[in-house]
Amino acid sequence: MTSVLGGASLATQEVPSMGGGAALEALDLSAWFGTNKVLDRVSLQMHPATVTALIGPSGCGKSTFLRILNRMHESNPAASLAGEVLLDGQDIYSPALKITRVRQRIGMVFQKPNPFPTLSIKDNVTAGLMLTGRRMNGPEKADLIEECLLHASLWDEVKDRLDDLGGALSGGQQQRLCIARSLAVRPDVLLMDEPCSALDPTSTRRIEETIHELRDLVTIVIVTHNMQQAARVSQQCAFFLAAQGTPGVIVESGTTEQIFGSPLDERTSDYVNGRFG
Amino acid sequence: MTSTTALDDKPGAPVEDRPRVISPGLTSGDLFFRRGVAVVGATVLIITGAIGVFLGYQSIPTLQRYGWNFFVENQWQPENDIIGISAVLLGTVQVAVLALLMAFPLALSTALYITEYAPARLRSALVSLIDLMAAIPSIVWGLWGFFLIQPHAIGVARWLATHMSWVPIFHVDTDPNAAVWAQTRFTASVFVASIPVAMMILPMACAVMRGVFAQAPLSEREAALALGGTRWGAIRTVVIPFGRGGIIGGTMLAMGRALGETIAVLLIISPAFDLKVRPLEVGTETVSALIAGRFGEATSSQLSALLTAGFVLFLLTLLTNTVAAVFVTRSRSGSATEL
Repeated sequence: MTSVLGGASLATQEVPSMGGGAALEALDLSAWFGTNKVLDRVSLQMHPATVTALIGPSGCGKSTFLRILNRMHESNPAASLAGEVLLDGQDIYSPALKITRVRQRIGMVFQKPNPFPTLSIKDNVTAGLMLTGRRMNGPEKADLIEECLLHASLWDEVKDRLDDLGGALSGGQQQRLCIARSLAVRPDVLLMDEPCSALDPTSTRRIEETIHELRDLVTIVIVTHNMQQAARVSQQCAFFLAAQGTPGVIVESGTTEQIFGSPLDERTSDYVNGRFG
Repeated sequence: MTSTTALDDKPGAPVEDRPRVISPGLTSGDLFFRRGVAVVGATVLIITGAIGVFLGYQSIPTLQRYGWNFFVENQWQPENDIIGISAVLLGTVQVAVLALLMAFPLALSTALYITEYAPARLRSALVSLIDLMAAIPSIVWGLWGFFLIQPHAIGVARWLATHMSWVPIFHVDTDPNAAVWAQTRFTASVFVASIPVAMMILPMACAVMRGVFAQAPLSEREAALALGGTRWGAIRTVVIPFGRGGIIGGTMLAMGRALGETIAVLLIISPAFDLKVRPLEVGTETVSALIAGRFGEATSSQLSALLTAGFVLFLLTLLTNTVAAVFVTRSRSGSATEL
């Protein structure tokens, strides 16, 4: 197990280059919406330069878990949580850390592609810089736009129309634009909440290829309903389950090979073999 | 069955296909309701149209008599057979524009606070308070402006006129070195009259803006937040661009209301028919205040002249509201959002 201690201080680190990502660790996370408990003391290690897939049936708390990892959970006024999330050993919920800084380091790609429709493609990519008040000169910006669109495997399709509106792209292209936009703020971790569920098979394939290429740059955590996708893209896997009327828990986690090949728990085996869910 | 036979018949003469008639299948209840709603809807259109036709018809004698001069002349002296609305129109537009300049930032920031920052419990209370502002009778706003605001507003007006008189619109014809400053040069002005008007149009502008801000897509807000943006960042990149049509449309709807505001203005201004743009200086006139003030003692030809002024105001308001409607429907915020 890699050490999670001794990471660079979050507050002082400025625009680090993408290089392998950071270790993310969830410790005893519980979550509530109002009085309804949806997650019960869930712990999980997410390693740098690794794709961790979160699988499980609907309503088992995967997305809630993911949203806790970059503090999007609390944007719902009824939501509350317990436990810790350690980014390179530092608790992202500690008052010492600004929420905006946490979200810069832990980016998120949503289920439905959500580019800013009134911004051009290139402004979409650099939107994060604008939002976080970072200035960049023209050539630097152009380099960053190209780099991020290349990483998101979108460059070839849009390089001649960077001034077109982001909303004019197809769904799959929009989702890759959203990935490029997330990469532009140089995150250490990229969270993906069912990024392909609104896309056709071809676009899904492109996104999966993109995920493969990004693995060396950032720590990736992906929620997916698609078992084959989890098997294709991830190295680590966690199986979430919520029994009737009880909050979600992680039944089993480990390497993807193990979860799909020789699961220890019978429920995992039933799920990955399509016997329920 | 029929379709398969049609396929089997293929080798035969090619039959041109045409769209078949499909009955909408409305039940009698639906039909009844549809007709009822259509009648009520048509009534609204007919009433508005009838007002326009009536005003237009009543304007014919005046327009025939004075012709183009009616729009160019600034004096309104029916007893000397001099009638024109240029000064009155200028005053009307000045009051409306100034009211808008005051109401716009207030409405925008109130709407943003309510939709974006206010805690849920406070939100509904604030909304009712703003709506309550719309329920205050305009005569009360007029009294408020006259007795409560005017004594303070003239101080502001004097400061502006003294220190910023190099800006032409802040000029007031008065002796800056007088031992006692001429308060009456600053009262009853466009500026003072526009304050209650601003308060009256604020709820409407605020409600329209609130409506469109609340519709700003959650997915885009979350995108801005997830990139490390602040709440203000999300407002700037998502909410305001999305709501632009509503901001412009709501403002222009409020402008339409401001153009026609009568009682509060009538209470405050003292009539003056000069062609001037000096909002801080005493005296102005607006179309609706003119009509309300002169209506009682008007002879039939004078009444026709007043109604002609009303017709011009009607057209001006219609134009403003139409432009507003175009902005609201053309923008993303006005149409159904699809994302």
